[in-house]
Amino acid sequence: MSAPAMTAAAPAAGTRASGIRFEGVSVAYGDTVVLDSLDLTVEPGEVMALLGPSGSGKTTALRAVAGFVTPASGRVFIGDRDVTGLPPYKRGVGMVVQQYALFPHMKVEDNVAFGLKAQKAPRGEIGGRVAEALRMTGMDAYAGRYPRELSGGQQQRVAIARALAIQPDVLLLDEPLSALDAQLRAGMLAELARLHRELPDLSILYVTHDQVEALTLADRIAVMDKARLRDCGTPQELYRRPATEFTASFVGNANLLRVAVADGAASLDGTRLEVSGDVTGTEGTLCVRPHLVGLGDGPNALRGAVTGLQWRGSSHRVTVAVAGQEVTAEVRELRTPPGLGDEVTVHFAAEDAHLLPQGGALRG
Amino acid sequence: MLVHSRKGRWSAWAIFLALFLPLFALPLLVIAVASFSTNWSGAFPSGFTSGHYEKAIRGASLQALTTSLLTAAAASVLALAAGGWAALAAHSLRSRGRRVLDALFMLPVAVPSVVVGLAVLVAFSKPPMLLNGTRWIVIIAHTILVTAFAYQSVSAAVKRLDPAYEQAAASLGARPAYVLWKVKLPLLLPSLNAAAGLCFALSMGELSATIMLYPPDWLPLPVSIYTATDRGSLFTGSALAVVLMGTTLLVLLGLSRIRTKATYR
Repeated sequence: MSAPAMTAAAPAAGTRASGIRFEGVSVAYGDTVVLDSLDLTVEPGEVMALLGPSGSGKTTALRAVAGFVTPASGRVFIGDRDVTGLPPYKRGVGMVVQQYALFPHMKVEDNVAFGLKAQKAPRGEIGGRVAEALRMTGMDAYAGRYPRELSGGQQQRVAIARALAIQPDVLLLDEPLSALDAQLRAGMLAELARLHRELPDLSILYVTHDQVEALTLADRIAVMDKARLRDCGTPQELYRRPATEFTASFVGNANLLRVAVADGAASLDGTRLEVSGDVTGTEGTLCVRPHLVGLGDGPNALRGAVTGLQWRGSSHRVTVAVAGQEVTAEVRELRTPPGLGDEVTVHFAAEDAHLLPQGGALRG
Repeated sequence: MLVHSRKGRWSAWAIFLALFLPLFALPLLVIAVASFSTNWSGAFPSGFTSGHYEKAIRGASLQALTTSLLTAAAASVLALAAGGWAALAAHSLRSRGRRVLDALFMLPVAVPSVVVGLAVLVAFSKPPMLLNGTRWIVIIAHTILVTAFAYQSVSAAVKRLDPAYEQAAASLGARPAYVLWKVKLPLLLPSLNAAAGLCFALSMGELSATIMLYPPDWLPLPVSIYTATDRGSLFTGSALAVVLMGTTLLVLLGLSRIRTKATYR
């Protein structure tokens, strides 16, 4: 995806939709650079996931928007407003963190009303907006409880209601689901998606290390590693046509094969492989998703010995050594799985084999 | 449990009792018994009376108790305000400034209270700062002595406070003063409460600085205990001591009963 020129487009009359724009934002603690000249635009109404391992700078980027870290250089915009030097309380962002940080001495309704009271919203309005925020998060029945009387998932809903009550332009979510167990997390993901449909103008910056969350929820994903933005695009783009090896392996599992390139095709161990992607140059990295690799004969067939076999209930993971490189195939459960050391053939379609661009040029 | 064998546990208890009874319990028990006696010449006291208490809760003695209570209450409130404020301010300083402030507030603990008393006496004996001869000089000395403890306990609590609360409040549009008033102070209330109890108890028992400073119309209870025993009225002194002990305990008990919402976290 090319860099959008119409960043943070002027909102249509009557709406307050505004996005977020990072312009060369760097953050350093002493000599350690934790965020290295980040350029990124979150369009109004867009859900942008910042995906990366811990220490990749994604949370720092979010905290720069909230105002809890001061950039050493660069500027942060919310809509057309340069907020780089503004204190956090003047930024009008909603924020939800991993540990919820609900005020333990206030009831749920007082937690949700906190931002409205702090900003001196008209008294008559507060009750209605609190009720609305609690309704949207499905917590209206718990208004009179204290946070300690709620489960983790319920506390997270209250935290989201509290952030939404101030009707922010942008919502910052910092690993909001990591403290929940797997089942709750899936439910909350659906819930967040529904919330965003209800509030289509709200821009969301969603920090996570979990690719499933990013793939499920985000309109676009910004992949970060070692303080830098590595890749940015829609989930489909990143998954099907990753621009870098890091993206390929971090967003979903991937087979990454070193191949020679010639005449518009790749070759591995003398076998010609029909592939898609960047077929210039003389060598490259081929990315094939394990679930798109089949066992048995077909196009782009490669032969090798089985070096690993995992049964995963509904599927088998078969790892095959081909000319010193490992290819993993994830196939439907086999009735008669091969044994370790057996010679098998694996294959994949040309459109599922993506040759990474030379140099791993960044998108977005 | 550190000691596992039954024998080891028994001997641990035995050592504890052997140390605790003579060092802590017996002296207090002796005072309690003495406060009901008229005569103690043999191994045991004789002549039961409640007369010492009748004296201890009226007239000059009652006046002394009220004086002590008022002094302790005033000193605790002032110390909590000053020490708590300083602790909150210190938290937002860089580490060097914080260390300087920590050391500064430790001074009254490190300096003997007699010296603090003398220092206050010298400092406030000349115009324009002439407080000598008034109750205020006693309250000031007590405040100086207990502020260190207020500072330390609030400071420890501020350090433990999760910054996520403050940040969540700020992101919701709350100015720093609003955050302090609505979020930080309520969350610190249990520690402020504990600090108040500590300050109160320390002030109630303060003698060495007080004795250099007290004016005739502001005579705290420890001073009257001291003068009673100094005159040889040991039994009267004992009754006053029991009253002092009991009142302090009651106030501390009352303070610990104040449960704040934040205690339930």
